[in-house]
Amino acid sequence: MASRDDIKFLSNPNLGKDKKKYCRFKKFGIKHIDYKDPDFLLQFINPQGKLLPRRITGNSLKYQKKVAIAVKRARHLGMLPYVADLLK
Amino acid sequence: MRQYEITFIIDPVLPGDEAQTAAKAYEKLISDEGATIVNVDNIGLQQLAYPINKKHSGLYKCIEFQTPDGSVIPKMELAMRRDERIMRFLTVKLDKYGVKYNEDKRNGLIGTAKKSSNKDDNKSEPTKYRVAKDDLTLIEGVGPKVAKLLTTSGINTYSKLSAATPAELKDILTKGGPAFAVHNPTTWPDQGQLAADGKWSDLNAMKARMDGGVLKPSSEEE
Repeated sequence: MASRDDIKFLSNPNLGKDKKKYCRFKKFGIKHIDYKDPDFLLQFINPQGKLLPRRITGNSLKYQKKVAIAVKRARHLGMLPYVADLLK
Repeated sequence: MRQYEITFIIDPVLPGDEAQTAAKAYEKLISDEGATIVNVDNIGLQQLAYPINKKHSGLYKCIEFQTPDGSVIPKMELAMRRDERIMRFLTVKLDKYGVKYNEDKRNGLIGTAKKSSNKDDNKSEPTKYRVAKDDLTLIEGVGPKVAKLLTTSGINTYSKLSAATPAELKDILTKGGPAFAVHNPTTWPDQGQLAADGKWSDLNAMKARMDGGVLKPSSEEE
């Protein structure tokens, strides 16, 4: 149980501080995106199974294109849905 | 020599060893055409994300091969299109990164690190045990960077922190640079002592009375 001493702030003090987005592929040196790994690709699509834009994921253009190709390949192979609802 | 990989889905409702013979036939086709098989990955039976040919699951298989002229690919794709046992296939040319990725994956360099750490988490008792592994950032006033500095300076546990005097800590911080010198470590040994003894509630109570690692002047009256 939270005692009185534990409560320091009424709201999350980190709210509103916008963290800079970054391209995870560049940052961690990932050069190849595997289309056979649907769990990984799930991070780049929305609950309807559509690709998320770069402004949300922070991917660089180079890797966003590769992500898009990988997702489309995974869809063709039945690893990701073309259309979905409540995917996540 | 270019490297390719072909992933295909075999009908899961085939009688007996039919699925295995189908896969073997394509492996034979590849090697007969002068290509060398690098690796055969039996991914196995998986749920499909959407029904294909009115089926909801499929046997996945991935063959990675090297071919000098690529003449095998149109032949194999034609054979697969004609083959009713194959539900889907996809041939992909691998660039150098793809080749390296698949090699690393075979050697267990990809994915396992994540998995093994997950396993460790499951084995160890939930939060308590991991907290006891001495996360120095739990000390009020110690951030991730300071924790790293302390760890590299030999103070990697709560007990070591409690044994250190504020002067020693201040010395380490001053050596760490101007960004660290602003920190005030007077309460850190006391906090380290509480943490080492596992008195988390006491520590939390102490932290609540502090501001940036320093006891608030008014705390005594409260």
